[in-house]
Amino acid sequence: MSVPRTFDIVVAGGGLVGMAIAYGLVRTGARVAVCDGDDNAFRAARGNFGLVWVQGKGARCLPYAQWSLGSSERWSSFAAQLTRETGTDPGFDRPGGIELCETAAELEAGHKLLESLHQREAGLGYQVLDNAALRRRVPAASAQLAGALYSRNDGHANPLFTLSALHQAFQLRGGAYLPRHEVTEVRPFAGRFDVVTPGGTFEAGRVVLAAGLGNARLGPMVGLRAPIAPLRGQIMVTEKLAPFLDYPTLVVRQTREGSVMLGDSAENVGLDDGTTRNVMADIARRARTAFPMLAHARIVRAWGALRIMTPDGLPVYEESAAQPGAFLAICHSGVTLAAAHADTIAPWIAGGARPAVIDPFVTARFNASTEVGYV
Amino acid sequence: MSELQCDLLIVGAGPAGMAAAIEARARGLTVIVADEGKQAGGQIYRQAAHSPLAHADQVLGADYAAGRPLIARFMASGAQYFAQTLVWQIEPGAPLSAMLTCRGEAGGTLRVRAQALLLATGAQERAWPVRGWTLPGVMGVGAAQTMLKAGGLVPGANTVLAGSGPLLWLYASQLLQAGRTLRAIVDTTPRGALRGALRHLPRAWRAGEYLFKGLRMMRAVRRSGIELYRAARDVEVLGEAQPHLPAKARAIRFRAGGHQYEIPADLILLHQGVVPGGNAARSIGCAHRWDDAQACWQPQVDSWGRSSVARVWIAGDGAGIGGAKAAEHAGELAALDIAADLGHIDPPTRASASRAARAELDHHLTIRPFLDALYTPPPSLRRPAEDVVVCRCEEVSAGEIRRLARLDCAGPNQLKAFSRCGMGPCQGRWCGTTVGELLAEVQGRQPREVGYYRIRAPIKPVTIDELATVLPTDRDFVRGEFPS
Amino acid sequence: MFELLPLSTAATVSIDLDGHTSRVPAHFSVAEALLASGRNTCRASQVSGEPRGPFCMMGVCFECLVDIDGVPNQQACMTPVRPGMQVRNMRGKARLA
Repeated sequence: MSVPRTFDIVVAGGGLVGMAIAYGLVRTGARVAVCDGDDNAFRAARGNFGLVWVQGKGARCLPYAQWSLGSSERWSSFAAQLTRETGTDPGFDRPGGIELCETAAELEAGHKLLESLHQREAGLGYQVLDNAALRRRVPAASAQLAGALYSRNDGHANPLFTLSALHQAFQLRGGAYLPRHEVTEVRPFAGRFDVVTPGGTFEAGRVVLAAGLGNARLGPMVGLRAPIAPLRGQIMVTEKLAPFLDYPTLVVRQTREGSVMLGDSAENVGLDDGTTRNVMADIARRARTAFPMLAHARIVRAWGALRIMTPDGLPVYEESAAQPGAFLAICHSGVTLAAAHADTIAPWIAGGARPAVIDPFVTARFNASTEVGYV
Repeated sequence: MSELQCDLLIVGAGPAGMAAAIEARARGLTVIVADEGKQAGGQIYRQAAHSPLAHADQVLGADYAAGRPLIARFMASGAQYFAQTLVWQIEPGAPLSAMLTCRGEAGGTLRVRAQALLLATGAQERAWPVRGWTLPGVMGVGAAQTMLKAGGLVPGANTVLAGSGPLLWLYASQLLQAGRTLRAIVDTTPRGALRGALRHLPRAWRAGEYLFKGLRMMRAVRRSGIELYRAARDVEVLGEAQPHLPAKARAIRFRAGGHQYEIPADLILLHQGVVPGGNAARSIGCAHRWDDAQACWQPQVDSWGRSSVARVWIAGDGAGIGGAKAAEHAGELAALDIAADLGHIDPPTRASASRAARAELDHHLTIRPFLDALYTPPPSLRRPAEDVVVCRCEEVSAGEIRRLARLDCAGPNQLKAFSRCGMGPCQGRWCGTTVGELLAEVQGRQPREVGYYRIRAPIKPVTIDELATVLPTDRDFVRGEFPS
Repeated sequence: MFELLPLSTAATVSIDLDGHTSRVPAHFSVAEALLASGRNTCRASQVSGEPRGPFCMMGVCFECLVDIDGVPNQQACMTPVRPGMQVRNMRGKARLA
């Protein structure tokens, strides 16, 4: 059966951002195609740590915290719906998140930040935990840690199962998923768009650029600027361990399967998604400092993934002024924001009013001299 | 954590690694050899220098005994040899950098900087997923042979060998030499495979000694009266759950000659040949190619063993299955090429010094096309039934993989992401090729197009402690800043 | 299931397999010691709890994982026996604390 050539909307990119939006779009009844790269494409989605995280965000831009909080609050029903529709469970849990602080200075700085955010937005509640309080919640935590900051708004999910569920739900509702159809060109034409891929050219009334680092190349074709740069994060995963950590933290997180993810690094290394022993060693030392019993845990896998970073780390959701109907979606928190992408961004892209909460997330906030991404 | 430098780092002390070390040392290079085993010899010459068997040569044969002088020359070569040592990360560059962890009595993590790297990590048994293959009491024929060489252990008489390939006959004849017997041999070599292989016979004749040896072994087995079943299909292992005891294998079931058979056995040994172990090479970024004749992936190397990554050579069965003697000569050739590359010998010397090794290597490889045509399992044996476990570590079935493939899964990496297939401690060593075959089957593509998992360090699992000792404590590490 | 052929060495060590003291040849790996004593199951899988035992005997399958002297998930086939060593089956996921 051949693939149709005309769609209401074509989404460029089948990662967490593209698929969440595409899923939301098919829910509105639109005919949607996702044009995705091949198996070896960069795919930030595969490098994701899996946090649904609100704590600490918004210092530079309160709406970002509110946007994240809103998505976090929608996540439970988002996950439930995906599970119902596909039988694949995204593995979401929201026990609250913990930011571990090795030193008193870190604890104090974190406390000040969260307090100032809480003052501006009541929903950003938190607790300061001293070492004793931390170890009541997490007995395996080191006695040497100064303490931690806890917030009930944080949770975690399995990013790969989430992506898999989105793929299935999208296709079950009639969406066309096209791998090995990386979008190479978007040509505006009489108010519509020709989307060019190695597998053929498609025609769409609207197009969504959710191609991660590829957005930098595609954006200008539809009058959109995508000032993004890759920021590598390295992650390591252990063998499956008996449960010892009920809460996600920014650097250590135990999955439902029992494996423990270790991470939180940030390097500007261009398009190199490899792993390096220095960063792996640093992540290992930090994990062992927080949880001494991890000393004998074996790391089974490690990877680097390239986050999609705007200069201020905040998202971009923008419709092209020059080519209405062309949309740009950029963020580095694809799991946290997945629910909002499906529930809030998709209806807007499908033709609804632009939600006020995403007002700040346009590229005009970067002045002309802001460096364009080197992708 | 200490740091060492050398001209050449060799990973693996099997025939290729040992021969390369000997040659490189003879040309004046400083050489470090790291091997996971307790002693040098790799798998084929395991324990050859210090066999625990009272009658090693009689049981194991002259080919195995031939490893002894090679090991002796290696131990006398002046290479710095680290036994029980895992190389778990390699970073290409000038110089290359590798992380090693020694797991013997004197443990520790060590960094090596080398001007050149030779991967001689050898092969592993080909995965042959059949129903029941994860049951206790099911092992590889190679595994049992390793137990014989390294432990001095032989299986009880209620043992069945199943599969295809020279190792079946070699192991069976070694057991006969030890005065043992087997319950049965179930040969899955398809009817017509020999006919298909005959066109390679003229070439194979040049290495006729292999053919004669093979025929002698088969004749010994036939004469022994061990029950032999040919062109067997639909092999599966039946298990029994016993009250209060874990399940284990109790019988092998298969079809042969139009009948179905069920043979009770305590131990079932499976084998479908060996394939290169590619994880170390892939973790560095070496390009690979799919070999149709052997139905497996091989690293791309030139005639000297030079890979697609600068300063990295690959030799031995890890570069392509050729057997112990071919591996030895390939190791010599790689060492000569490396010596020339590093300026220790000039090109004319490399040319003249390599002539004999090149001729020997070519000689030993002439048998391969015949063996490949005869023994490479057909697609039906590489693409298991729905309920068969493909990823042993994460218990993912062929049915689950086919289901995702039908959903237009982009490739093995996306399939891994969606199913957890390949995420366990074996790091895809036992499922990667089967995943590619199933994707190819369902999506109507070729295994070469489908590709393989992205493999990265650690090349094998290492502990947090082993990783954490990498960083010198005096050096400040800058953690990146996260903007928002 | 496995028996010893005549050996060239008589050296042995005493080890503890699942609470039973055994005298085994000093050249054995832990996996060989287990198999020679008739134990072909060394763990219950961390995914489903199904029984697993040594498979490849060369360190690439990670089936022969056992707890040795309190350190979990060690490959029995890659670990030589040591006097006084305590070997326990792995039951599901490792407990590190």
